[in-house]
Amino acid sequence: MQTSNDNILSAVRIEKGFPGTKALDKVDFHLRRGEVHALLGENGAGKSTLIKCLTGAYRRDGGSILLDGEEIDPRDTFDAQRLGIGTVYQEVNLLPNLSVAENLFLGRQPRRFGMVDTRTMNLKARELLAEYELDLDVTRDLASYSVAIQQVVAIARAVHLSGKVLILDEPTASLDAHEVAMLFRIVRRLKARGLGIIFITHFLEQVYEISDRITVLRNGHLVGTRETSELNRRDLIAMMIGRELAAEIHAARIETAEGRMRYRFRNYGRRGRINPFDLDVRAGEVVGIAGLLGSGRTETAEVLFGAHRADSGTAEIDGQTVDLSSPRAAIRHKFGFCPEDRKTAGIVGDLSVRENIVLALQARRGWTRPLSRAEQNRLADQYIRALDIRTADREKPIKLLSGGNQQKAILARWLATEPEFLILDEPTRGIDVGAHAEIVRLIESLREKGLSLIVISSEIEELVAYSSRVVVLRDRSHVAELGGDRISAHQIVEAIAAANEREAS
Amino acid sequence: MKQKYLPLTATILIFLLSYALCVAQYPNMLSTRVIGNLLTDNAFLGIAAVGMTFVILSGGIDLSVGAVIAFTGVFLAVVLEQTSIHPLAAFALVLAITTLFGALMGAIIHHLEMPAFIVTLAGMFLARGMAFVLSIDSIPIKHPFYATLKSFYFKLPGGGRITLIGGLMLLVFAVGILIAHRTRFGTNVYALGGGTATAKLMGVPVASTTVRIYALSGLLAGLSGIVFSLYTSAGYSLAAVGVELDAITAVVIGGTLLTGGSGFVAGTLVGIFIQGLIQTYITFDGTLSSWWTKILIGLLLFAFILLQKGIIRLSRPERQHA
Amino acid sequence: MTSTVRTYLGRLLPQLIALAIIIAAISIIFPGFLNLQIQNGRLYGSLIDILNRGAPVVLLAIGMTVVIATKGIDLSVGAVMAICGAVSASLITSGHSLAETLLVTLAVGVLCGVWNGILVAVLDIQPIIATLVLMVAGRGIAQLITEGAILTFNDPGLIFIGSGSFLGLPMPVVIWLVFGILVALVVRQTALGMLVEAVGVNREASTLSGVFTPVLLIAAYVLSGLCAAIAGVIAAADIKGADANNAGLWLELDAILAVVVGGTSLLGGRFSIAASVLGAIIIQAINTGILLSGFPPEFNLIIKAAIIVFILVLQSPRFRAVFTFVSMPRAAGRPTEREAK
Repeated sequence: MQTSNDNILSAVRIEKGFPGTKALDKVDFHLRRGEVHALLGENGAGKSTLIKCLTGAYRRDGGSILLDGEEIDPRDTFDAQRLGIGTVYQEVNLLPNLSVAENLFLGRQPRRFGMVDTRTMNLKARELLAEYELDLDVTRDLASYSVAIQQVVAIARAVHLSGKVLILDEPTASLDAHEVAMLFRIVRRLKARGLGIIFITHFLEQVYEISDRITVLRNGHLVGTRETSELNRRDLIAMMIGRELAAEIHAARIETAEGRMRYRFRNYGRRGRINPFDLDVRAGEVVGIAGLLGSGRTETAEVLFGAHRADSGTAEIDGQTVDLSSPRAAIRHKFGFCPEDRKTAGIVGDLSVRENIVLALQARRGWTRPLSRAEQNRLADQYIRALDIRTADREKPIKLLSGGNQQKAILARWLATEPEFLILDEPTRGIDVGAHAEIVRLIESLREKGLSLIVISSEIEELVAYSSRVVVLRDRSHVAELGGDRISAHQIVEAIAAANEREAS
Repeated sequence: MKQKYLPLTATILIFLLSYALCVAQYPNMLSTRVIGNLLTDNAFLGIAAVGMTFVILSGGIDLSVGAVIAFTGVFLAVVLEQTSIHPLAAFALVLAITTLFGALMGAIIHHLEMPAFIVTLAGMFLARGMAFVLSIDSIPIKHPFYATLKSFYFKLPGGGRITLIGGLMLLVFAVGILIAHRTRFGTNVYALGGGTATAKLMGVPVASTTVRIYALSGLLAGLSGIVFSLYTSAGYSLAAVGVELDAITAVVIGGTLLTGGSGFVAGTLVGIFIQGLIQTYITFDGTLSSWWTKILIGLLLFAFILLQKGIIRLSRPERQHA
Repeated sequence: MTSTVRTYLGRLLPQLIALAIIIAAISIIFPGFLNLQIQNGRLYGSLIDILNRGAPVVLLAIGMTVVIATKGIDLSVGAVMAICGAVSASLITSGHSLAETLLVTLAVGVLCGVWNGILVAVLDIQPIIATLVLMVAGRGIAQLITEGAILTFNDPGLIFIGSGSFLGLPMPVVIWLVFGILVALVVRQTALGMLVEAVGVNREASTLSGVFTPVLLIAAYVLSGLCAAIAGVIAAADIKGADANNAGLWLELDAILAVVVGGTSLLGGRFSIAASVLGAIIIQAINTGILLSGFPPEFNLIIKAAIIVFILVLQSPRFRAVFTFVSMPRAAGRPTEREAK
């Protein structure tokens, strides 16, 4: 047991309920000075509820929070910030239209004679960022810098404001490997300064790379807190999901029977988005796409589906040249596409689960041939059952469903059109482990039915499990294709790394 | 050059260019007299547009401006006709009323989470209605103090005059620029335009800022009403119809994004000048009918929207590669 | 089937209650309000008068509803009314037949809609700004057509549209009833309604699902332009002349209010044309009621503003939240249920 002196932040028996559910049930959480503490759990485990209670975004129903041994009760995030708890979110919560300096000092701008002293403010901003190895023109709008830099500016602001506890909520989700490395350097430096850092992420490798301890929540309960060095990956996953699902995800890959060649893309590309590439896809085959973020994975998918029109090359289906210049054209050829960003490009939030499921089919039939209500109900019920979409009923607005169930509903939207070529962009991102396994199973069963699938994923083991070939991307080009025996996590990582070295030399 | 200065630069260039064209055709237009009149004739619009700039920068809109100007005029006319209080006291009183009125709209927008568009629309009905209740006739203002105020002017070389109201507009713009760029309130206005939720997370006092923005717009609409009553020497409840549209147009032509968060108070002044210039040109020409003003301003508006669109589109790839 | 009717009525209930209260209030102050008479085969009475006077706003509200459902707004409808009134007056006075006049006028309305639609759907300009262009320039164009004067005409056919009657009802009422039912049928019996709602809620996701978004958006603005054209003809026919300065002045605001009072969110998505029509009639009932009730007409705008604010406050999310909060103690009175959770 540590004494309370070790702990910079202690949350004791925190309770929080929402109508119908207990989001947090007497959860304890202790953060030491100078440690990086990973907070893990499935979606809906209570991570974000706990964070919101700590930062005052939610009022807790019970329990106490001690900061530096003093009991605190933050009224809102601003209050928590003033007390010393700063938070940085995945979607950078700064203002893109203000200058970097204004973002750093918003609300605390130095003043002289009642007017903001811009010169002093900019000077102080540059000094502050120098501590983070950044040398920027602080008078430029924040929007003119990359997400990674914006992230660091957000951290600089949070630390400068708070200085005791830093909460990083999925900060690495949209960063590439270089940027993650930069971020981690900064995190280590802050740790050395004695800050307590809470780190939330979906990437387990990063947990092992940066964290000292791990706390796992499940269904609003505390499962336990462990030293990272003493907890292996399999046990961690078991803690998170409470069953041996790990085995399912890391299942040995199944060799596929060779289907006939159906889709042939030659010199296909779009300037500024993805360099021309060749791609062949057979019936009953999953082609995996691997690469770092920003390497052109999503751009490949968008060009294949016509979301951005290809400006070079040809596409053939069964030997016939086809036009795939728009989503509508692609859908006519029985294509389907589950985009990466579910919220902005996938679900139609205010509409019901039923309407979301029939949307693509209805759009393909045209507005003059409406699906009858009975037909819509039948389709919706069929897929709610088949994909085990957990919803009270088919008329519930889809935005009220969890991420995993939303993803299944979007898959159902495409399955209802009886597609032959399905593009899935990060189908398992940001959904809980249970739904994750179900979607992996679904991908396999679709392939067995003879569909051609393109699956983009950051989870390399997952690609290994179901792909018959893996295309590796780098810098908006297709740089390697692995097939047969060469598909293994190790080989894919090697291919990405090799491509990187070639680039560097 | 920084991207955010592009629309402003374009506005200034267009103004200079069109002024040069006007002068090439009518050399008389290059005189301090024309410039002085430009200031005087557009003083009330300019003052209201400063308030509108702040509202639009914050991502809102204020449709009540024209009605508030009319109300102010009628209020002053009635008060000066029926009581013996000094015009200055009446000015203070009416400014207090319009400021409170704006603050009230801001409070409703924030606390009831209703769209600014609808709230200020109701405010427009209310202010216009109050003006009707006070009087449905046009009432002349004959107070001697008005004549005194109108006699103040600064003589420019070449026979032009900067009148009290023209000068007041320039002063309001100067103060507006200072508030926008050199106060915490100003930064907060931009912050709201960048995103209310984020601004709130970053500790911007959203409620008080919103209330103050609409209060400022109300105050300036009131001041604009005073200027308008000085300009016309009368109060009429049907006056200044559609001034809010002219103000919005000036703001957009001045390079401020209607979505909020980006733009300059100084740009609005140039926007006012461009609108005034079109009117002056049509007066000078004499053969063109007045409706060409509207059509030209509409086209100009369209051109500026396209320009802004182009700039945003150009700036996007750069952001991705950065 | 009955459940469909029930959900439909449930959707319209707030508007129906509001209208009933307003009508009841007026008929208390002005007892003759509910009287209807038949003279020369035509209905007369204050209620009919409301339906008749409300025709332009009802028509505008029909188009505005669909535009707002796509997350748009059309500020130009008042100006388009003026343009179309001017076009019809100038065509009829220059000797064209009634059919030609109407056809060209409606085509002009459609053209205005296409312009707005292209700005919004193809050039991707924010609707409030895109339609502001035509709002500012449109009245100038109308004045250009009428050359600044009020263009009067005496073609009996055109005048009939404004003041004639059919089956006992004034022509404007017949027109908006038929047109409204037609639009509602087309929208709800086909998949258009759902597709429009999908685009309004999430344009990108809809496009990726294969919805032909640009065409839908343009169609919405075309419908709005068409509605404005019909309203413009009615307004011109009513006064037997085209007044480029005043025709449809500020009616875009009334139409938007009607849609909002009808409960369609300005953020797009779910919409109901019937509710917007009711909203427009509520606004007209308020106007007529104030006039009849013997309040000095100067109070019109103030009372209207007050009633609108009242209705909007009732609909505001914050007010609803407070209201639910206040009514919660009643639920707390049943401890067993709470503990069960």
